[in-house]
Amino acid sequence: MEASLRAQRTAALLIFAFLSLLAVSSSAAQEIQILNAERRIDLSSQIAIVFLTLKVENTGKAAASEVLLSFPPTEADHLAEVKAQAASGKKRKKTHVPLDVKPTDVPDAPKGAKCFRIALLNPLSPGETSTIEVLYMLTHSMEPFPAEISQSEPQLVYYRDSAYILSPYRIKQQTTFIKTPSTNVLSFSRVEPTNRAGMELKYGPYEDRPAYSFSPVLVHFENNNPFAVVEELVREVEISHWGNLQITEHYTLAHGGAKLKGVFSRVDYQSRPGASGVSSFKNLLARLPARVHSVYYRDEIGNISSSRLRTDSRKSELEIEPRYPLFGGWKSTFVIGYGLPLEDFLFESTDGKRYLNFTFGCPLSGTVVDKLTVKVVLPEGSKDPSAVVPFPVEQHMETKYSYLDVVGRPVLVLEKKNVVPEHNTLFQVYYSFNPVFMLAEPLMLVSTVFFLFAACVAYLHIDVSIRKR
Amino acid sequence: MASPESAVNGPTMTAGAASKSLRNAFGGVIAFIILVLIGVLAFSIRLFSVIKYESVIHEFDPYFNYRVTQFLSKNGIYDFWNWFDDRTWYPLGRVIGGTVYPGLTLTAGTIWKVVNSLNIPLSVETVCVFTAPIFSAFASWAAYLLTKEVKGPGAGLTAAALLAMVPSYISRSVAGSYDNEAVAIFALVFTFYLYIKTLNTGSLFYATLNALAYFYMVCSWGGYTFIINLIPMHVLLCIVTGRYSSRLYIAYAPLVVLGTLLASLVPVVGFNAVLTSEHFASFLVFIIIHVVALAYYIKGILSPKMFKVAVTLVVSVGLAVCCAVIAILIAVVASSPTKGWSGRSLTLLDPTYASKYIPIIASVSEHQPPTWPSYFMDINVLAFLVPAGIIACFMPLTDSSSFVILYIVTSVYFSGVMVRLMLVLAPAACILSGIALSEAFNVLTRSIKFQLPGIAGNPSIASEENGSSTVVAPNDIPKTEEAAKEKPAKKNRKKEKENVEKKPTPSKTEKRLLVLPLEASVIAVLLLVLLGAFYVVHCVWAAAEAYSAPSIVLTSHSNDGGLHVFDDFREAYSWLSHNTDVDDKVASWWDYGYQTTAMANRTVLVDNNTWNNTHIATVGTAMSSPEKQAWEIFHSLDVKYVLVVFGGVVGYPSDDINKFLWMVRIGGGVFPHIKEPDYLRDGQYRIDAQATPTMLNCLMYKLSYFRFVETDGKGFDRVRRTEIGKKHFKLTHFEEVFTTHHWMVRIYKLKPQRNRIRGKTKKSKSSRSVSSKRDVRGKRNPWH
Repeated sequence: MEASLRAQRTAALLIFAFLSLLAVSSSAAQEIQILNAERRIDLSSQIAIVFLTLKVENTGKAAASEVLLSFPPTEADHLAEVKAQAASGKKRKKTHVPLDVKPTDVPDAPKGAKCFRIALLNPLSPGETSTIEVLYMLTHSMEPFPAEISQSEPQLVYYRDSAYILSPYRIKQQTTFIKTPSTNVLSFSRVEPTNRAGMELKYGPYEDRPAYSFSPVLVHFENNNPFAVVEELVREVEISHWGNLQITEHYTLAHGGAKLKGVFSRVDYQSRPGASGVSSFKNLLARLPARVHSVYYRDEIGNISSSRLRTDSRKSELEIEPRYPLFGGWKSTFVIGYGLPLEDFLFESTDGKRYLNFTFGCPLSGTVVDKLTVKVVLPEGSKDPSAVVPFPVEQHMETKYSYLDVVGRPVLVLEKKNVVPEHNTLFQVYYSFNPVFMLAEPLMLVSTVFFLFAACVAYLHIDVSIRKR
Repeated sequence: MASPESAVNGPTMTAGAASKSLRNAFGGVIAFIILVLIGVLAFSIRLFSVIKYESVIHEFDPYFNYRVTQFLSKNGIYDFWNWFDDRTWYPLGRVIGGTVYPGLTLTAGTIWKVVNSLNIPLSVETVCVFTAPIFSAFASWAAYLLTKEVKGPGAGLTAAALLAMVPSYISRSVAGSYDNEAVAIFALVFTFYLYIKTLNTGSLFYATLNALAYFYMVCSWGGYTFIINLIPMHVLLCIVTGRYSSRLYIAYAPLVVLGTLLASLVPVVGFNAVLTSEHFASFLVFIIIHVVALAYYIKGILSPKMFKVAVTLVVSVGLAVCCAVIAILIAVVASSPTKGWSGRSLTLLDPTYASKYIPIIASVSEHQPPTWPSYFMDINVLAFLVPAGIIACFMPLTDSSSFVILYIVTSVYFSGVMVRLMLVLAPAACILSGIALSEAFNVLTRSIKFQLPGIAGNPSIASEENGSSTVVAPNDIPKTEEAAKEKPAKKNRKKEKENVEKKPTPSKTEKRLLVLPLEASVIAVLLLVLLGAFYVVHCVWAAAEAYSAPSIVLTSHSNDGGLHVFDDFREAYSWLSHNTDVDDKVASWWDYGYQTTAMANRTVLVDNNTWNNTHIATVGTAMSSPEKQAWEIFHSLDVKYVLVVFGGVVGYPSDDINKFLWMVRIGGGVFPHIKEPDYLRDGQYRIDAQATPTMLNCLMYKLSYFRFVETDGKGFDRVRRTEIGKKHFKLTHFEEVFTTHHWMVRIYKLKPQRNRIRGKTKKSKSSRSVSSKRDVRGKRNPWH
């Protein structure tokens, strides 16, 4: 049984290696071509969300098992998330199957370009076509220009991209739509045919572009959406087997848009809320899990009184205001903490291990997190922690000493850069724990009190005087 | 509590002497439980601020102490002693380690360290917030000990209960009020207790402890001079009234020697412990007590006749020597400018001193003399009970009760000079009221007890009584007295708390003297209980309503019952700390110095320490100068931001405009070109159209009212209840960079220097005026 399994596995590996070799050679030989590509870029928030629909055809002789994506170097650093799914069926009955996306190196790609490999579910046999939908997000891709604005000015940003999709394959036909948040578009590059209608810019359709064709375009438009950037977020999830899950989140929030130049006048800000400080923001919404309790919102100098909590049976929403409205370049730090009932998040797996099932990303809606650290503090005495996260993260272990700990609690630290709301997915931390450890601290307290009383009794009954009375 | 008491009384009636010790044991247990409850009461009555507001450090000075504690917990004790703080008094800096009373900081730092070594993750802030309530529990226990030494445990428990909730002390020790006084009152009372204990026992062990307690007090608060003057006064009183004993000597001499040695270990005191006039009384009395001790010794070994000869000899020689010594002392003292007294001490001796010479001391509201209502507010019914307590202390007058009398008399005087020293009066008032209440209950319940059995006609008790009254041993009396004292006190407390009428329990021994009529006694007991209840109600009200506001957060109730929070101070500090450069200098009036350094972590020019009058006067001058001159002063001090507090929009009365006359006064005290009359119209301070041009053009006015008129179109100031005088003006040298939500804090930035091309003459003029300013300061300021 086991031997056959192993044989199967080696065979699978071999086939995989062979296929990948084949794939590389095939891509080099341009044996895949894209019949139709449609790209929709949504610039209405601070995150550029791009939907890419590719109709791929295998023109080669061998079956192709994967498709390559490539991004220009300017986008490569800002790429927060790439997702792909295979679409099959017609409009109504469309089914989507998520596909595996992995970064890869392609030897003949232009310098600095970053490539991803999408593994297809079923290898694409010659002559066959398939539709792949790709979603990717770019953070910090809109550059404020002018970089400094005064309180009364709107925020204008540049968005840079290519009119042609950078692709390792020949593209027969392609169109790019750019959606801007307002109709106020100051300028945009023209790569004919280019059209503008209301809030939408249309580049294309372009016919028959060779691989790696690139034509830079620049769009200059008004974007007054809050550029709320969490520069650093440390989420600490502390598991207590007494029934509570305590979450503490330390935020370093900044306004990532155009910097405020000169004065901040409260008169203008308060009397003309529509016209003054349009790019600033003063409240944020944190989406917390349901049944949240003991919520606090404070910073290093005390409680921040401007917050509101709404709870219902499915979700909780915490509306918070930083101490002051955030203008471009201003920063603020604060801490949000809350408790959750443990039974909603901690489960026992089939092999007797326990696992925590919790969301990974930042609960503040519409924010970009530059650096996210999730610390899962396991109870004292738990062993072999391991995390299952749906995307690559760095992880290491720490030890934390909390209430009356002796050996310390193991802390699993997960770090990820460039996090977008799309990362608010569940992750799991598996660990084994013996419930006897729960009693360690109460027993310690009890014995301390016992010995205290014993010492008192002993003191009262022992005569320590040198002279007998 | 009722059941154990009846259980105690049950066996007492039937059993003999064996049960007496049992009863005492139970009494001890009950007293212990009551003390624990008093501690809980003292702690929990101070938590109103945390419940109503939040767990946060209050006011001004606590922020400094908090910052020092943070430094201590982060860098350790050695760095703390050597800490030179460059974040304050720019450009002078301040040697924190050598200029603070470290007691409070070290206490909280130690608590934090212990707690963290047990892996209990409390933040420094939490420890600081709860230090004061913890120490007020200690203080009430210390008051119990002290009063017990003076008048027995019953009075002790009453005094402890009273001290646990006396409003005057609550005002300085609510949770978050992390100030020196919080631990100092405990140290003060405990030192007095140990002194009385030594005086009563004559034990060197307690004398040593007393010196250590005194050391802790010296570490904690400048008010230690009260101890080192009060104890010598009492010793002198004892000697004069012929109460000299070896116990007195043991209580005093080690305290002076050890205490002075220990006190000089504290950097902030150092050689002041032997050099300043505050300590001279103790040395003088130290000499006197030795002379007296010698005299008693010689009297003991000489025959009366020889003694007389010796006395005449010694007195004639001694007088000459004394005169010489006193002359030298006076010469030394007179040669120093303040006659060897610090400004604050002099203010105590001469209440008009500060207002005449040191406006900076007089400008602090807590240094003003109190009004009569503040006595009623702060010590409430104790004010009426104290005289009764004094009378009770006179019968009989002992060493310890004479000390308590001296304590109350001096502290009443001091509290009359400075409202802040009400705090010293509070323990004394509690102790004496405790004694008064306890004695009153003692007499009244005894009268009831004596007459009640006759009415009830209980034969067994009557027979017991008859039997025991014949065989009462003389040494039994004090014990039963003690028990009798203890019980009324217990009842008294219980009644105060629960307002439950308790049937007096008959005891077998009665004093047939001093019996009041039954009805009168019952009514008097009821009235006293009512008085106690009134006190409790008042204290809880004061704790909840009057003294719990942290002053950095203000709240107001809107018409629909909602709570509106004014959190502008922290908004501004938070903005400063996140959006300015870490080395920027912020100028503000000195009130906000501690908060700016602690909350915003920015360098300030002056702070609440007020050690350098000239520097404060410089800031005062800048605030009272026209914009250009002010800019020059600030620029010469590297100031980048100016912070003003303005209450005109929401009606916050303690803003900078209302403090402005003090700025003018203090500034004018050093720089004579600032004259107070220039800012007053016919002696009246006003900011409306009638105000003087100097006033309307000074920086403080401009920074406070810049664009204020645009809020409501008229510029109506809700604090001064008037329209402002100058409504539309522009700032030339400053620009607004931040104003908080309710306009309570406004921050301005100094505009950069103009280009130098425009006219050389202008530049040279401005630089000359700057340098002349420097010169003026240089003359008076030893640091330049």
